[in-house]
Amino acid sequence: MLNQYETVFIMTPVLSEEQMKETVKKFKDYLIKEGAEIVLEDNWAMRKLAYPIQKKSTGFYFLIEYKAEGSIIRELEVAFKRDERIMRFLTVKLDKHAIAYNEKKRRLAKEKKAEA
Amino acid sequence: MAQSNSDIKYLTPIAVDTKKKKYCRFKKSRIKYIDYKDPNFLMKFVNEQGRILPRRITGTSTKYQKKVAQAIKRARHLAIMPYVGDLLK
Repeated sequence: MLNQYETVFIMTPVLSEEQMKETVKKFKDYLIKEGAEIVLEDNWAMRKLAYPIQKKSTGFYFLIEYKAEGSIIRELEVAFKRDERIMRFLTVKLDKHAIAYNEKKRRLAKEKKAEA
Repeated sequence: MAQSNSDIKYLTPIAVDTKKKKYCRFKKSRIKYIDYKDPNFLMKFVNEQGRILPRRITGTSTKYQKKVAQAIKRARHLAIMPYVGDLLK
């Protein structure tokens, strides 16, 4: 049964732009290979952390929202844990209210873009 | 002696804090999902030290207080919100 998930992960700021893309691509490819359908990708870019993680005070945030089988999440999280470029990650299963909220946000963003 | 008591004149009447009815803002404004990713909304439920405000002050119902607490803990995990800190000062 396809559930909807949302994963946010933080990458160390020391990486170059190209390494950043390559890390993100690695996880996206994994998801696509496992048959997940990516709904939204959102690059928050460099943001200041509320408290230092691994002695660093800034990090690259990246968000992926996707529909996937429950079984692939464990493997995904192992991959996150193993990759030392990722400082922190959080995977959340979305319930119906969360899905509705995200859709509304996407619709508003699209409308705003359409106006602009 | 009694005469001096009545001399005490209060400049302003003692403001007994009128008991305003607390309400759950989530039920009233029909918010169903509390996003853990936007900090400014979550900051309303946290005091200066960054601790979660209790229900008796915010007046939220149990169901939504649990959602707020979970969202704040997730935001803290992702370093969107501090665990402790003088944030609003």
